[in-house]
Amino acid sequence: MAAPQTPEFASLAVGDVVAEQSFALTRDTLVRYAGASGDFNPIHYRDDVAKAVGLPGVLAHGMLTMGFAVQPVVDWAVDPGRVVDYQVRFTRPVVVDPELGAVVQVVAKVGQLDAEAAVARIDLTVKVGDETVLGKAQVRVELGDRGGR
Amino acid sequence: MNPELVGREFPPTAPYLVGREKVREFARAVLASTPISLDPEAARAAGYADVVAPPTFAVVIQEQTLAQLLAEPDAGIDFSRVVHGSQQFVQSRPIVAGDLLTAALAVTSVKSLGAHAMVTAESTITDADGAHVVTAISTLVVRGED
Repeated sequence: MAAPQTPEFASLAVGDVVAEQSFALTRDTLVRYAGASGDFNPIHYRDDVAKAVGLPGVLAHGMLTMGFAVQPVVDWAVDPGRVVDYQVRFTRPVVVDPELGAVVQVVAKVGQLDAEAAVARIDLTVKVGDETVLGKAQVRVELGDRGGR
Repeated sequence: MNPELVGREFPPTAPYLVGREKVREFARAVLASTPISLDPEAARAAGYADVVAPPTFAVVIQEQTLAQLLAEPDAGIDFSRVVHGSQQFVQSRPIVAGDLLTAALAVTSVKSLGAHAMVTAESTITDADGAHVVTAISTLVVRGED
C-alpha cells in the first residue's frame, strides 16, 4: 500500500466533508489523559467530588475533547505539523458514565479556503447525541508544497 | 478578579525538555493514530528529527504558566470556580521530541460578565534558540458567587 498523501489544496471545495469519526470514551480514557497531561483535577475521575461541586457526573477534560477532535483532521492532512492554528470554545461538558462511557461524534468540513496561503479552514462539529460540546471549533491546515516535507 | 492584571507579564518558565516517550504517551492519550507522532522512523521519513507532538501538546507547557497566574497573590482567582472557556494554539512550527521549550505568560484581557469574570492569558512558547514555536491562548471563566 502506498503511503498516504496530503490532500491537494486545489481539489477542495467549501462544504466538503473531509473526515468523520466517532470516539468512545471510558473512565480509562480520562485517567490516561490525566496522567499524560498532568491535569489531575478530581472532577475528571471521582464521582463524589463531581457531585459535591454540583456537576451532573465525572466530566471529560475539555482539553481531552479538543485533543481527539482534531485527530481526524490530522489523519486527513497526514502530518500533524500542517495544523497551524486550532481553536475551540467549550460550550457543554461531556459527562462520562462509569459503565456506559460516552460517545463523541466528530465531523470535519471545509469552512473556508485561502488560496494565496494554501490554507484550508476546517470546521469541526463535535457532538454527544444531538448536543454540541465544542463551539467555533476551527482548524487551519497548511496544504502548500513545503519542499520535501 | 483584579482588573489591573491586564498587561501583566510573567517571568519565563524553567526550560521543558520534550521527551520522545512523553510525546508518544500524550499522542495515545488523545487517541492519535498518526505514525508521525508515534514512530520515530515515520517522523524521520516525513522530514522531522523525531516524533511530532499532537496539535494540543503545548497545553502541558502552558499549564505551568497558568499555575503562575492562579498563584499570583493579588489576582483574586478562586481555582475551584474556574471553568475553561476557550482555547487556541497558533503555531509557527510543530513541537518535536528533543525541543527545549520555555513559556512566558501575559494577561491580555480581563472582563466582567455580570457575576462572572473572564480572563484571557497568552503563553508564548519559544525554543532554545529563542525562536517562536507556538502561542497558547486560554480564556478562563471565573464563576461568581451562587
